[in-house]
Amino acid sequence: MFVNQFLILAAVLFCIGVYGVIARKNAVLVLMSIELILNSVNINLLAFSMRNGSLDGHTFALYIIAIAAAEVGVGLAMVLLMYRNRRSIDLDELSEMKG
Amino acid sequence: MFAEATETATEVVLSSGWFLEHAWVIPVIPALSFFLIIFFGKRMPKKGSEFGVASMFGALVFAGGAAYQWIQRVNGAPEGAFISPVVKTWTWWQNSGVSFGIGQHVDGLTVAILLVVAFISTLVQIYSLEYLRGDRRYTHFFASLTLFSAGMLNMVVAENMIQLILGWEIMGLCSFLLIGHWWEEGANSRAALKAFFTTRTGDIGLLTGTAILFFSANEWTTKTLGVSGFSIRGLSSWALSGDPGHAAITMGAIALFIAAIGKSGQFPLHTWLPDAMAGPTPVSSLLHSSTMVVAGVFLVARVYPVFFKGMEILGGSANFIVVIGGITIVIAALLAFVQTDIKKVLAYSTVSQLGYMMMGLGAGAWLPAVFHIFTHAFFKACLFLGAGSISHSSSHHSFEMKKDMGGLRKFMPITFGTWVISTLALCGVFPFSGFFSKDEIIDNVGHNGYNVFMYVGLAGAFLTAAYMTRATYLTFFGQPRGASAGEHHEEESHDSHAAHDDHADHGHDAHDSHDAHASQGPHESGWLITVPLIILATLALSSGFLNALPFGEKFENFKKWVEPSAEVINPTGIAYVVGGIGEARIASETPSEESGHSKSPCGTETPEQGVCAAPQLNHAPFKWSKAAMSMLIVLAGFLLSLFVCIQLYEKKNKKFVGLTERNKVLGFGYKLLVNKYYLDVLYEKIIVRSIAHPISAAVYWFNQKVLDGVVNGAGTTAKGIAGWVYRNIDQRVVDGAVNGTGSVAQGAGSALRPVQSGKVNQYGALLFGAAAIGALVLVIVNT
Repeated sequence: MFVNQFLILAAVLFCIGVYGVIARKNAVLVLMSIELILNSVNINLLAFSMRNGSLDGHTFALYIIAIAAAEVGVGLAMVLLMYRNRRSIDLDELSEMKG
Repeated sequence: MFAEATETATEVVLSSGWFLEHAWVIPVIPALSFFLIIFFGKRMPKKGSEFGVASMFGALVFAGGAAYQWIQRVNGAPEGAFISPVVKTWTWWQNSGVSFGIGQHVDGLTVAILLVVAFISTLVQIYSLEYLRGDRRYTHFFASLTLFSAGMLNMVVAENMIQLILGWEIMGLCSFLLIGHWWEEGANSRAALKAFFTTRTGDIGLLTGTAILFFSANEWTTKTLGVSGFSIRGLSSWALSGDPGHAAITMGAIALFIAAIGKSGQFPLHTWLPDAMAGPTPVSSLLHSSTMVVAGVFLVARVYPVFFKGMEILGGSANFIVVIGGITIVIAALLAFVQTDIKKVLAYSTVSQLGYMMMGLGAGAWLPAVFHIFTHAFFKACLFLGAGSISHSSSHHSFEMKKDMGGLRKFMPITFGTWVISTLALCGVFPFSGFFSKDEIIDNVGHNGYNVFMYVGLAGAFLTAAYMTRATYLTFFGQPRGASAGEHHEEESHDSHAAHDDHADHGHDAHDSHDAHASQGPHESGWLITVPLIILATLALSSGFLNALPFGEKFENFKKWVEPSAEVINPTGIAYVVGGIGEARIASETPSEESGHSKSPCGTETPEQGVCAAPQLNHAPFKWSKAAMSMLIVLAGFLLSLFVCIQLYEKKNKKFVGLTERNKVLGFGYKLLVNKYYLDVLYEKIIVRSIAHPISAAVYWFNQKVLDGVVNGAGTTAKGIAGWVYRNIDQRVVDGAVNGTGSVAQGAGSALRPVQSGKVNQYGALLFGAAAIGALVLVIVNT
C-alpha cells in the first residue's frame, strides 16, 4: 500500500500545525492549528490501520474526532470569554501568568 | 440458487445515454459552484450570484438530459418489463471487508425529483437576484442556497444510505443557515435553532434505522446481489425477499420513519416548519415548501419495500405511516385558519400537503404520492414566491394579511393571477395539477381499503379550500390596509417585518428605493420576480396532465416513466453495473393480466427464482362520480369560507365578529389553535426542562455534596495531620534542611523565571521541543 504518502502528508500537516501553534498570535488560529495536529495523527492511524487491515485505527480516529470536537467547543468558549473581557483575542496580551 | 431462472430468462437490452450514465455530475456542479462563491464570490461583479444561477442552470440541463434519456429507456422496453436503474458506484470507504460506496442510483423516481429540485432551485435563485438585492450577506445567501441544492441533488441520486445521509445532513445545515440568515433578530436565530434541533431529533432515527437495516441485510445482499447492506437496491430487494426477520425490518422502518417525521414536518414534530418562515421568502419557497421538506417523503418512497414490509402496508389494518399522515393533514389545516401571517398559512398548508403524501405512501398509493411531490413543488413554490412578491412591492416587507394587505388584485395583476391558479391547484380543482395528484391519493387510499383515511383526506380537501379562500380574500380583496394603503408604521412589532427592518439597517440598499415605491402605493414587482411566478403558475396549471387518469391510459405517462414494475427479476438484472448499456432480464413467465394491471407475487409472497425490487401495488380506476364528489366538497369549503369572510371582514356582521369570545366551545377551540395545541409548550417547557433541569440539579448536588464533601473532608484530615507534623517534625527536623533548600530553589527559580513568560506560544514551543527530544530519545533507544 501507499503508506508512505499518507505518512508524508501527516508529517506536513503536523509541521504546519506546530508552526501555527508557535507562531500565530490569534487564539482562533492556534485552535485551528491544534486541529491540524490532531488530524495529522488521525491520518497516521488510518494509514497504519489500512496497512494492517484492522479496524482499530479507525476506531481511535473516530474517538479523536469526537474528542477534538469537544476540545474545540471548550477552546472556542474560552476565546469567546476572553474576547468579552478584553475585546481582543491576541495571545500576546494574555501574559498575566508571567513569572 | 437462481440457476434455473437464468436459463428461462429473456434478455432485454435497454437504451441508456451519456446524461443517464453521468447523473452523478448533477450534484457535483452546484457543489463546485458553492466553493467558487465562497472563495471568489465577493470579488465578482454580481457578488457570486452568477455562479449560483449558472450552476443551477447547468444542473437543470443535465437533469433534463437524464430525464429525457430515462424516458427513452422506458419507451424502448417491452410492456411491463422491469427497467433496471442506472447504477454506478465507487468505493468511498473500505476496511476489513466492510465497505460502502458513493455513486448514483438513477430510476424514474430519481429523475423526476432531480428535475423538480433543479428547476425550482433555478427559478428561486433568479427570483432572489431581485428579492435580496443589496442584502448584507448576499454572497453568503447564494452560497448556502447553492450548497443546499448540491445536498438535495446528492440525496436524490444517492446510491446508498450513507450517501443519502450525507445529502440529508447538508440540507439540514443549509436550512439552519438560511432560516437564520438575518440572525441579528433574536426570533430568527431562535427559529433556526428550533428547526435544527427538531430535525436532529428525527435524524437520530435515520442513523439508527440505517444501522439496523445494514446489520440485518448485509449478509443477504452481499451473497445474492454482491452489494453492501447500505445499498438502496440491495435494501429494496432484501425487504421483499422473505429473508428479513419481522422485528428487524419493523424496527428499521420505524426508525427511518421517525427521521421522515422530523424532516417532513409530520405530527408531532411539525412545529419547526411554521417557525422556519423567519427565513427570507425565497428560502421558504425552495427549502420549506417544495424541496427540502419532501426529503422525508422521498426517503419513504426511495426504500419503499422496507416500509411496505416493515409497516405492513396493505396489510388490512391502519399502520403507523397512514395514521401519522392522516393526523398531520387535519391538525395542520386547522391551524392555518388562525394565522394572520400569510407565510404561516402557506407553511401549515405545506405541512398538511406533506401529510397527504405520507398518507398516500402509508396506504400503498406510491405513485399518486410521488406525483403529488412533483405537482405540489410547482404550485407551493409559486404561492410562496407570490407572498414574497406582495411583501417586496406592496406591503412594505410585511407578511401580515390583516394589518397590511387587502385589495391587492388591482395593483398586482400578475401576482394575483398566478396566486389564483396555484390556489386552485392546491385545492385540487379540475383541471389544475393538484386535482390529478391529491384526488388520486384520496381515491387510492379508499380503494386500498383505508376508508377512514379517505374521509380524512376529503375533510382535508374541504379545509384546504376554506383556508386558502380566507387567505386569498384577506390578501387580494376588500380595501387596502396598513402598509398597502401607504401607511408607514416604523414601530412594527410583528416578527417578519421587524426582521426585514433589522436587516435594512445593515445595508439593504434597495430599501431606500423601496420607501419611495411604497409611498407611491402598491405596485407590481419587477420581471425577475414575475417571470418565475408565471413559469411556476403555468406548470401548476399544466403539470397534472403528465398523469391525467381521467383522459385514459395515454395520459398516464408519469406512471409509465416513474413507477417501478413489480417483476420477479434475475438478481443480476439489478446488480448489473456497467458503463455502456444497461440491461434488464425478466422472468419468462408472463404475468397474467388482471383488471389492467399485472399481478406479481412481489410484496405478498416470497419470490422464487429471483428477487423483487418493488412491491405489487393496486391502482384505483378513475370514476367521474368520485371526482365530482370531491369537487363538491371543495366547492362547499370555498363557498362557506367566502360567506364567513364577507360577513366577518367586509360587513362586520355582529353575529360573527367576536364569536370566539362569546361561544365557549369555539373559544376553547380558537385558544387551542392559537397556542398550536400547546405542543411548543410541551416540548420547551416540559420535555426539555424535565430532561435538562434534573441533570443540572443532579450535577449541582453532586458538586456541592459529594465533591465538596470529599474535598472538605480531605482538607480537615490533612489539616489535623499537618498540625501534628508541623509541631513534631517540621519545626525541629525539616526547617533546617528547608532553609538550605530554599536558598537553592530561589537561585534556580530566578534562573528559570524567564521561561514563565506568560506567552502561550512560547509554552507551546517548549512543549513541542520537549516532545521532539522525547521522540528522539525513543528512536535512539529503540534502534
